[in-house]
Amino acid sequence: MLILECPCCGVKAEETELAPGGEAHLKRYGPGSSDEDFDNYMFARANPKGVHFERWRHAYGCGKWFLAARCTATLEVFGTYPAQTTEPPAELQAYIKSRRPEWEGYK
Amino acid sequence: MSTRLARGGRLIDRSKPITISFNGRRMPAFLGDTLASAVLANDQMMVGRSFKYHRPRGIMASGAEEPNALVGLGAGPRFEPNQRMTTTEAFDGAETASQNHWPSLEFDIGAINNKFSRFLPGGFYYKTFMWPRSFWKNVYEPFIRQSAGLGKVPTDRDADRYEQAYAYADVVVVGAGIAGLTAALGAARSGKRVIVLEMTPACGGRAVVDGFAIDGQPAEGWVAAAVDTLRGMDNVTLMTRTMATGLYDHGYLMAAQRIADHTPGDGRPKQRLWRIRTAEVITATGAIERPLSFAGNDIPGVMLAAAVRDYAVNYGISIGDRTVIVTNNDDAYRTALALLDAGLTVPAVIDARPTVTGALPQAVRDRGVRVLEGRGIAKVHGGKRVTGVEVCVQAGEGAMIEELGCDCVAMSGGWSPVVHLWSHCGGKLLWDEARAMFRPDANRPPLGADGRGMVRAVGAANGMLTPDEVLTDAHAAFGDGTAPQTNAPDEARMEPVWIMPQGAGPKLRAKMWLDPQNDVKVSDVQLAAREGYESVEHTKRYTTLGMATDQGKISNINGLAVLSDALHQQIPATGTTTFRPPYTPLTLGTIAAEARGEIFQPLRRTPIHEWHEAHGVEWEPVGLWRRPFCYKRAGETTHAAVNREVRNTRTNLGLLDASTLGKILVKGPDAGKFLDMLYTGVMSTLPVGKCRYGLMCNEQGFLSDDGVVVRLSEDSWLCHTTSGGADRIHGWMEDWLQCEWWDWKVYTANLTEQFAQIAVVGPNARKVLEKLGGMDVSKATLPFMTFAEGQLGGFNARVFRISFSGELSYEIAVPASEGRAFWEKLIEAGQEFGVMPYGTECLHILRAEKGFIMIGDETDGTVIPQDLNMAWAISKKKPDYLGKRGQERSFLASPDRWKLVGLETLDGSVLPEGAYAVAPGVNANGQRNVQGRVTSTYFSPTLNRGIAMGLVKHGPDRMGEVLDFPGDGGKVHQARIVDQVFYDKEGAKNDA
Ligand SMILES: [Zn+2]
Repeated sequence: MLILECPCCGVKAEETELAPGGEAHLKRYGPGSSDEDFDNYMFARANPKGVHFERWRHAYGCGKWFLAARCTATLEVFGTYPAQTTEPPAELQAYIKSRRPEWEGYK
Repeated sequence: MSTRLARGGRLIDRSKPITISFNGRRMPAFLGDTLASAVLANDQMMVGRSFKYHRPRGIMASGAEEPNALVGLGAGPRFEPNQRMTTTEAFDGAETASQNHWPSLEFDIGAINNKFSRFLPGGFYYKTFMWPRSFWKNVYEPFIRQSAGLGKVPTDRDADRYEQAYAYADVVVVGAGIAGLTAALGAARSGKRVIVLEMTPACGGRAVVDGFAIDGQPAEGWVAAAVDTLRGMDNVTLMTRTMATGLYDHGYLMAAQRIADHTPGDGRPKQRLWRIRTAEVITATGAIERPLSFAGNDIPGVMLAAAVRDYAVNYGISIGDRTVIVTNNDDAYRTALALLDAGLTVPAVIDARPTVTGALPQAVRDRGVRVLEGRGIAKVHGGKRVTGVEVCVQAGEGAMIEELGCDCVAMSGGWSPVVHLWSHCGGKLLWDEARAMFRPDANRPPLGADGRGMVRAVGAANGMLTPDEVLTDAHAAFGDGTAPQTNAPDEARMEPVWIMPQGAGPKLRAKMWLDPQNDVKVSDVQLAAREGYESVEHTKRYTTLGMATDQGKISNINGLAVLSDALHQQIPATGTTTFRPPYTPLTLGTIAAEARGEIFQPLRRTPIHEWHEAHGVEWEPVGLWRRPFCYKRAGETTHAAVNREVRNTRTNLGLLDASTLGKILVKGPDAGKFLDMLYTGVMSTLPVGKCRYGLMCNEQGFLSDDGVVVRLSEDSWLCHTTSGGADRIHGWMEDWLQCEWWDWKVYTANLTEQFAQIAVVGPNARKVLEKLGGMDVSKATLPFMTFAEGQLGGFNARVFRISFSGELSYEIAVPASEGRAFWEKLIEAGQEFGVMPYGTECLHILRAEKGFIMIGDETDGTVIPQDLNMAWAISKKKPDYLGKRGQERSFLASPDRWKLVGLETLDGSVLPEGAYAVAPGVNANGQRNVQGRVTSTYFSPTLNRGIAMGLVKHGPDRMGEVLDFPGDGGKVHQARIVDQVFYDKEGAKNDA
């Protein structure tokens, strides 16, 4: 059972306090977008074995959504950060690179 | 015979005699006994029968690895099946009964399977139960039912209570043998918060039985001092009787503490499940002795060597007068010494190693006992009890050299580290060739949240088997300075012996048991290998090796070795099966703990809940809420009550507790813009004081929720959601506001529980409100689909003129704390207008008569508003809303989609729920083609006939057509496609 620190309230939250929200940093495609873009937005997920950016909500806590960078293979947590961003913070990306030199980086 | 010795037994209190019973036989015992030692003290060697062949089974071990000795314990509401006798403490009055036999333990009809054992080899179930089909019912199923399952299911409700508790630590040390105690002392002295978990009531592990000295004092004294030191430290919690059952992600450890298992009914919880978060786990879980695979090794009286020693030293038990010891290592000689010390006879030690020179064997020789080098056991004589063994050359094929009479065989095939906790969360093992064991690979530990190792194994759990190795290893975990020293002699290495004798032929191999509970023999594993089962996981399932209730604790390694040999590969190439939690079974009561009965899950009550309860309510669960389904009067059926409520609401006055309706406040400069994205319609243009019905879709375009939106003020809207959808929709709003449009100035609050809401419905609705007095509720001032705030009968009220019934209707919200009083005031004032409360079934019928959709009935996550002919609720002008792009997908625009229509049976009956309308022809699977289905179906008391709605292919274009709906028992219901609005098509009544 995971522990993730909520960047909003600072609580080290048990997985039972959290609701998962799938892959983070998806770009929304609305009316006018191509079928392919919409299909990717709706259904295509990276599902990597390794570094993964994901959405969590501190559902039974402060109620805030936040983002987490985690290794899906070892469950190592590289960090959590507020949801109000379009890409992971630079220092977090650098830390992940230090822990996973083979990581191809955030596109 | 097995009996209690006159002296000895460090764990029993001879001043406290108790009595237990086994299969009705009363047996004297002492406080401190386990159920196993208690029955052994009374010559009860045979305690059960095996699963497949129903062969006699005796106690083999003294701890959690015991495969055979399972009993039903207790009676009535305190009966528990499958209690492991070796780990269950005896108490006065304990009633036990053996399992898996019929009609009796001594005489068992199922044992006939044993005679046919050559027809029941590994994989028997898979090979046999395939054909012919008719055999299933008459032959196979009765056979399986007769043999399936160990023990009886309790029939009464559990009389005990169970608890769960949380704990946090820097270090959890699992096991309080000398390794665990040493590591715990080191961790504690460095200032860490330490929790020590010991599965048995007493600490000390094997050292206190083996009896060497540590740092100059007897192990027992050293252990007592270590325990005292730990108990005296504020940063240490030491819990005995506590089994660490599983280790999970990020240092989450589960441990089951037995509190009143041995003092049933004393008022304390029976067990407590600890959920521990720890930065690090030290597994000092010791090792489990391996049996040896020789013919007849399953006969009662053949036991693990260390167990024989445990029973003698800990409980003062003699298993037999004459014990033959068979071993491949030095440790088993300690058993010979312990038995000799107790005055018992050891006819010989049979040692498979060609030359035996160690200090322990020498000590045994010095006591005049023969050590037979390079020898093995060819076969064991005896049925329900060992009577003797045939000695042979280990390197040969089993020809008898001599026969030794004995009533106990103490066997030791070496030791396997207990690696379960290490492995549960991803720790890897390495094959230590020199020690012939799998042990934790310190370079590949389970990882914690920081990506670094969170478990270290110490002592025997790490493969260190001699006392000095154990202490040095455990001390190194935290300590500085020198590790404690012992006076234990050096031990020569064990030599792996996987079958005995090495060249045994098929006849002997078919009597060598690997898994005594499930009856898996060496020959079964070899057969599996011949039949192509090369993966250890497949072999396990094919033969059922290690699938018994002991989960292969003693059978695993021997089975792997036999499989590897049969596949002509090294053991590490075969690998191990997966170690999964729990280490020992957890009783379901401990897992559920307090979450049962009334507090199984929280119950949400509206402010009017108790009134309903006092007025004949029949409840319907709606999420965690309970809503009145209907209110029954004396002698009334549910159906009659519902019909009465419908008729009364249509003709007089009905009251509905609508408090469960979701009420979400959306406020802020950008609230209107936000709601325009959330709903398919336009909410930003809604004038203050007006109400508008809205639909919400998910991004795929499918309907997700509906409800009436009210413009409360210039910058605030109140969004009503379905009762079940309030929390979900609030979360959905927050998701978009926090993660996508975080710069929009919008605030949301879920006010669902802040207000009680009451629907006042029917032709007399206005009259009763006018009687209450206060705000103007006239049609002119408060027309349909408007909202006003004011006072009604002295209550602060928000009044919404909305209708889900088609009648004149006011939904009135008052502060939750005043909900009950307001409801009672309406009931009282409504008497002269024929007021009756109504429930959810009446609500459903009223809405269905009006053709209103219900989320979850007309929708199922694949339905778009257009399917429900609700294009009118979708704004054509808005450039975007959630779901708009999804609805633009070509397949959703197909004219072939099923659309909503009304359905009327030709004979007036009620269509079955969920029934499908069939179409001509069959599909690729040979099933009837379908062209529609029923989504809502009710008996309408207003129309006195069945009414329904359904989704039908091209439905709205097919008015008047008759469809066939096959139902149960071959009956075909015929229904005509009609308009979905059955009542007051003009909508005159709700605008009255
Ligand atoms: Zn939080």
